[in-house]
Amino acid sequence: MRNKKNKIILTIINIVVGLIIIVPMLYALSISFMTPDEIFTTPINILPKGLYLGNYEQVLNTIPVLTFLINSFIVSTTVTIGQILTSSLSAYTFVFYEFKGKRFLFMAIIATMMIPSEGVIISNYLTIGSWEMLDSYAGMIIPFLTSAMGIFMIRQFFLTVPREFKEASVIDGCTSFQFFCKILMPVSKPIVGALGIYIFLSTWNQYMWPLLTTSKEEMRTVQIGISMLQSSEAQSFGMILAGIIIILIPSIFIFILGQKQLVEGMTSGAIKG
Amino acid sequence: MMKESSVNVLESLPVEMTEIKVSSLGNKLSFVGYKKDSATLKGKLEPYLFLLPTIFLFAMFMYYPFFKTMYLSMGLTNARGHLVEFIGFQNYIDILSSEEFKNSLIITFKFVFYTTIPSLLIGFFLALLANNRVKFGKLSNIMFSVPMAISSASAAIIWSIMFHPTIGLFNNIFKTNIGWLVDPNWSLFSVSLVTTWMNVGVNFIFLYAGLKNIPRELIESASIDGAGYFKKLFTIVMPMISPTLFFVVFMDIMNSFQSFGQVKIMTAGGPGTSTNLLVYSIYKDAFFNGRFDMASAQSIILFIIMFVIALIQFRFEKKGVHYS
Repeated sequence: MRNKKNKIILTIINIVVGLIIIVPMLYALSISFMTPDEIFTTPINILPKGLYLGNYEQVLNTIPVLTFLINSFIVSTTVTIGQILTSSLSAYTFVFYEFKGKRFLFMAIIATMMIPSEGVIISNYLTIGSWEMLDSYAGMIIPFLTSAMGIFMIRQFFLTVPREFKEASVIDGCTSFQFFCKILMPVSKPIVGALGIYIFLSTWNQYMWPLLTTSKEEMRTVQIGISMLQSSEAQSFGMILAGIIIILIPSIFIFILGQKQLVEGMTSGAIKG
Repeated sequence: MMKESSVNVLESLPVEMTEIKVSSLGNKLSFVGYKKDSATLKGKLEPYLFLLPTIFLFAMFMYYPFFKTMYLSMGLTNARGHLVEFIGFQNYIDILSSEEFKNSLIITFKFVFYTTIPSLLIGFFLALLANNRVKFGKLSNIMFSVPMAISSASAAIIWSIMFHPTIGLFNNIFKTNIGWLVDPNWSLFSVSLVTTWMNVGVNFIFLYAGLKNIPRELIESASIDGAGYFKKLFTIVMPMISPTLFFVVFMDIMNSFQSFGQVKIMTAGGPGTSTNLLVYSIYKDAFFNGRFDMASAQSIILFIIMFVIALIQFRFEKKGVHYS
């Protein structure tokens, strides 16, 4: 009896704490449906009186949201696929091969996790500029096609895959690359999925690099586009928040789809020392 | 060394014998099983071929720029970022003796402190809540972790409006009259609060995954022995997830040092210099003042600080973290 009562209290605590955490998002959603008059009153309105869509209309008229969304989508998807390919292939090599310089190369890659992005961002900006890749997808994508963290995470998982898998498949006539594609990658789904979601979200949310490398409006990503709304002269809070809701929908959708995967990937050995 | 020599011995043996050797040596030497691969030229080149894209990218966008930043930090640069005169460590001397840099450094350390500890405590609290297995658990898990899906730009803009002096949520709910972002006494606190909120989601995910990895039996057997909630927390749970706690603290500190978007959008380093974090100062020097040399030198200083902190942390890890 007491146990049941405890469960109910705990459930309520969980929900209330959860709601407190997402207050900023509920707030943004609520204001995005308010008319300017409703926003600028004191004491403030917590909920909109009706579903006013003027703010959303205004966003669509002020900035090319669709273009920004497409740009962000192209960049994030390509970076995600690229990083997963390079990271898993590298992790595979480090776990399933013996070769000269293996330890050195691995340490050299892991050491890059110590380098703060500010230590390289200026030079990278100058490099991309000298390749005439400013304001291009290539310029936004290429520097992020691999990551030490990705290699490290996948390697930790591959270490738990029995070596006999490879021996058996080689005896069955698989080439090493076929083993990687057809056997190793499918069994690594949880960790690759978790990593993929993580990469996608962090690329989608990137701010400094796209800010530096793009200046043409048609090349900007959602994050830069959204801060353009804030600095635009209109300064309408309703419009800015409506813009944010529009760009949050894809990332939250992907997050909700992948949240379980994220936890599972991490419990499957990714961060165990 | 041992491993290498044993490989050589095995390689000189006929294939059938190798097979026997391998199976008798067991797991320790299981890589010997790919001897056939590594005997051919193609097999020898294969690992390097697989690593080629990664090595190229790291060389191009990590090592080369890092050394270039070092090089630029020791000279004077023109507006296009080319080095025109080599001046050794003069930039470093100028920076380290300037008041502005000292101010940035102090603010950065305060900021790291104000964000890392609350994010860790809140993240841990949420993970404990989620680990209780209640109804709607999936829903609350999503609410606990969703801040990690929000970009720094979106979070910064939403919070700026919540911090608005007259129509913002905070002043209206708490009946206060605080200039959250325009009062130099509050601005660093406000930016730290937003950053903490942004970190909470990812901390929760890691710590929750860590808690789920603790075998249930361990906690149940402690319950049978009559251990209370907090006793279990401190004697079983905390030591068991100490590697995760360590990882989370490490990640938070490294992220805090590199926080940029929220500062750029919410305060642009101000009011005055009250939120002029090191990273923001680097950005300002490079892209507003055109001083790539000074910006590079500050980046290197930031790298050294982070590197030293990482070293201290890893030293601490050996003593304080329990790996099963």
